[in-house]
Amino acid sequence: MESLTQSFAWMAWTWQTATFFTGIVALLVFMTIWERVSPSGERHGVLGITTTRGDRLFISLLGSAYIHLAWLGVMTAELWWASIISVVYALAVFRWV
Amino acid sequence: MDKPFNNKAWFLVLPVFIVVAFSAILPLMTVVNYSVQDTFGNNQFFWAGTTWFSELLASDRFHEALWRQLLFSALVLLIQIPLGVLIALCMPRKGWGVSVTLVLMALPLLIPWNVVGTIWQVFGRGDIGLLGYALNSLGFSYNYVQDVEDAWITIVVMDVWHWTSLVALLAYAGLRSIPEAYYQAARIDGASRWSIFRLIQLPKMKHVLIIAVLLRFMDSFMIYTEPFVLTGGGPGNSTTFLSIDLVKLALGQFDLGPAAAMSIVYFLIILLLSWVFYTVMTQDEDANRKEGTP
Repeated sequence: MESLTQSFAWMAWTWQTATFFTGIVALLVFMTIWERVSPSGERHGVLGITTTRGDRLFISLLGSAYIHLAWLGVMTAELWWASIISVVYALAVFRWV
Repeated sequence: MDKPFNNKAWFLVLPVFIVVAFSAILPLMTVVNYSVQDTFGNNQFFWAGTTWFSELLASDRFHEALWRQLLFSALVLLIQIPLGVLIALCMPRKGWGVSVTLVLMALPLLIPWNVVGTIWQVFGRGDIGLLGYALNSLGFSYNYVQDVEDAWITIVVMDVWHWTSLVALLAYAGLRSIPEAYYQAARIDGASRWSIFRLIQLPKMKHVLIIAVLLRFMDSFMIYTEPFVLTGGGPGNSTTFLSIDLVKLALGQFDLGPAAAMSIVYFLIILLLSWVFYTVMTQDEDANRKEGTP
């Protein structure tokens, strides 16, 4: 275990970033299982574009990144608010896009 | 709803995925890790949270480099895509001219980026360069080292010279794939040259033009070597694009945390714009597929 930690020391891991990436991987695994259990196909949503469930995840993640950046650039309040907005945004994307 | 893809095909791309994991995903993860920390070397890191992102987003230097980069990419696309299509339309379709033209068009693409920069650096010099000397002899006060407009014109023309061939060759490949029967039908209908282009050639070139726009956008948005060799980002900071600014920050100032934050924002901008380009340009195709028309 010690040697494994040493091997990846150059990547400068922190528990916060490790949690973030674990969350992303877990999301991908969950989406894969969901797609296997219940295939989604394509859908024409409010943006006027055809999307699959994977597309909607991509739009959610990319939009969430921009929501966090916009929050950092404009607002002074805690970043958790941006995370809450991102979750609401992602739910809206999965419902209507 | 039908399942649109056969997921077994993913096993075939597994080797590529593994290679990409080591060459792109692990470095990207490292950049994310660096972006929330500060380091003074010796593999020691200190937690900085979102400080670098906040500083970057409030930085005039970053905003100016971003606008320069967007302007450059917009100019490159507005010039190279129509010019490439025009050249492709003028290229011969049969005979010995085909090979000659293809070789001539491919030549600029074979020259390494730093050599292109060096060629144009010498070419544009007022004392020994053919372009600079000729323009100055004609009465133009051309000096890309000191004049901002001259520097911009030189960089844009250099990029057009280097990369329009790629667009032309892709468009030419698209044109060559159109069956002769389409042109015969158009002649029978008495279609004008413009109608043939608008209704036959342009739709048939669409797929290759999507690739051309994406390639040229991503490449022009990440341009580094040619302007670095030609102007070094000057005069002043007038040609300091995002990539040049990033290298100055990371290697010149050794500010690895802020440079990592800038890399992530840079990456997100490219990702968003590429997705928008791709989505907008492929929507008609998706709509047609849904309606069952070819």
